[in-house]
Amino acid sequence: MLPLLLILPQLLVSLLFFFWPAAQAIYQSAYIPDPFGLKTQFVGWENFEFLFGDRYYLESFKTTAIFSILVTVLSMSIALWLAVMADRIIKGSGVYRTLLVWPYAVAPAVAGILWLFMFSPGIGLITWYLDQIGVDWNHSLNSGQATGLVVVASAWGRISYNFLFFLAGLQAVPRSVIEAAAIDGARYWRRFWTIVFPLLSPTTFFLLVVNVVYAFFETFGVIHMITAGGPQQATTTLVYKVYADGFVGQDLGSSAAQSVVLLLVVGLLTIIQFKFIERRVHY
Amino acid sequence: MKRSLLAGFLATALATTALPVTAATEIQWWHAFTGRLGELLAEQVETFNASQSDYTVVASHKGNYSETLNAGIAAFRAQEQPHILMVFEVGTATMMGAKGAIMPVHEVMKVGGAPFDPDGYLGAVKGYYTTPAGEMLSLPYNSSTPVLYVNRDALKAADLDPDMDLSTWEQVGEALDKLKASGNDCPLTTAWQSWVHLENFSAYHNTPFATEDNGFTALNTELAFNGELQVAHVKAMGEWAKDGKFFYAGRRNEGGANFRAGECALFTESSAGYAGVKKEAQFEFDIRPLPYWSAAEGAPQNTIIGGSSLWVMSGHETEEYKGVSQFLSFLSTSDIQAKWHQDTGYLPITTAAYEQTKAEGFYDKNPGTDIAIIQMTGKPTTANSKGLRLGSFDQIRGLIDEELEAVWSGNKDAQTALDSAVERGNQLLRRFEKANK
Repeated sequence: MLPLLLILPQLLVSLLFFFWPAAQAIYQSAYIPDPFGLKTQFVGWENFEFLFGDRYYLESFKTTAIFSILVTVLSMSIALWLAVMADRIIKGSGVYRTLLVWPYAVAPAVAGILWLFMFSPGIGLITWYLDQIGVDWNHSLNSGQATGLVVVASAWGRISYNFLFFLAGLQAVPRSVIEAAAIDGARYWRRFWTIVFPLLSPTTFFLLVVNVVYAFFETFGVIHMITAGGPQQATTTLVYKVYADGFVGQDLGSSAAQSVVLLLVVGLLTIIQFKFIERRVHY
Repeated sequence: MKRSLLAGFLATALATTALPVTAATEIQWWHAFTGRLGELLAEQVETFNASQSDYTVVASHKGNYSETLNAGIAAFRAQEQPHILMVFEVGTATMMGAKGAIMPVHEVMKVGGAPFDPDGYLGAVKGYYTTPAGEMLSLPYNSSTPVLYVNRDALKAADLDPDMDLSTWEQVGEALDKLKASGNDCPLTTAWQSWVHLENFSAYHNTPFATEDNGFTALNTELAFNGELQVAHVKAMGEWAKDGKFFYAGRRNEGGANFRAGECALFTESSAGYAGVKKEAQFEFDIRPLPYWSAAEGAPQNTIIGGSSLWVMSGHETEEYKGVSQFLSFLSTSDIQAKWHQDTGYLPITTAAYEQTKAEGFYDKNPGTDIAIIQMTGKPTTANSKGLRLGSFDQIRGLIDEELEAVWSGNKDAQTALDSAVERGNQLLRRFEKANK
């Protein structure tokens, strides 16, 4: 009885904020309602048929995949590199760490605005510098530049979070193992790749899962601020399309159907991660 | 310290609860204005509240246009809707479709009994918000129309006569050639490309933007802006973009920053951008009517509006609707309208306010500010120039933006891009038709 009581709050939260909305989304995906909830009609699979007949929806799977991989790889590799460097510093490491963790406090929407200011095609400072060296920057027209900017802005805010975990992970690596390797004559980077990195794998795996989820769901603010999904849907990820169709287009049926698809995709992805990648993790 | 804080809290709590003691009926108004516009709006509300004691209008800011509309929709679903909701012009079809959620303004005025003269409103302004039978559904609040802003200094720098005629796109094209040749990096830029270069362009050239009288008469409307004229215009703009004569800065009014900084020579933007340009421009500028293609028959017709209107929501007491009708009537008085028009650059909604502004000599002191009105009212509206009434239009504009961007960047030719926009937009219209049948 007591164990049940103790997990009850967690159960309630999950039921209220996860299972209930998810059930609602599944239910609504079979209907086309009007925005005001005055009338609704059952359409069965039609919302899904409409979605998968839409070339741009299929493309947004690809966009999301590319975007998520880039954000995850970029933010994790830079964070790891910074953590390794900060771990080696002896003097003033506190200052470095504080500065590196700082960007995490910036909300995604604010981060989006900051990057937009720097790279704004009309008035951006960096745009101006780029122009001086002959680069024509206009991310509102060039889809490559738009994707790049959104990826960098999303990864930037994430580096701090990853850095924090990598640093903690690095400090948990037993000194004795490293010293033993050093006595055997292994140089720093050899020690890193053969000892430290494998021992970091639980942290790396955790961050991988968390970052993919982040790239899927929480980058909305950055995309909304910088490109609003454009140009030509080049930065419209699955989540952004849920928003655009539901809250801009007021097409709640399609939006619900997309949420269901997203639910399946992320579920599948998590299963794959735990089934295949986790095997390679040394705890 | 703690005690005084507590006392402070109590005092505020009492002060807020003390308000209804005056027994005035509260009228909730949700709007989307911040900054200077928000202040002017608040001033209108204060003036109304001070002018009588039966009703208190409470204005609340609910975010930008889209957010305000969403807040209104969510509130209606929770049965906590405000009395008055500000909705941008592209949300008109959505509101019209929600027959059980709104109370048409002409009905509100009948129920409320406040003075209301439907003929006193400018036809081109109210047309956007009235039924084909002439019944006003929502009260136009802020309305503007696109005009051409000219940087006279930039023309002089390119050895052009700053007073040169720029009323046709052919003439603009020649000016752009000279500007570019003289080393100007931004001969032309625009704000709100879909609104200016397709929606208004179509009305101005008296050619349909969508079938069924631009959606006014039926829900089964289909987009039609891939016609010959529109394609020719977008093609010309695309070529200007390729040659560096048209600088594209973004979907909203990003280009305004470049124009106000003096970088651009010509700028197509809402007439409501006047205040900003006047405040910031360190150069001589003037306002011209939006150009048209002289080869097109029937051009220039009239341009259409953008902005927002006030929708009255259903589900309130008759007594409250009386207050709403009085407030709407108050907003339409020529003193309030003339002030709003002169302070903001938005169009006056009544003929009386226009006449009053003219009589006060405002247009003589601020040349060019009447161009928008003349451009809109010069000819009686046609089925193509009354406005647009299309579902999911916020999103359709988004995909028009995308397709136009493809033309500006040279990825698509004008015909392909507009065909694709029409096809994608029609899908959304069919979804809207289904949801609102």
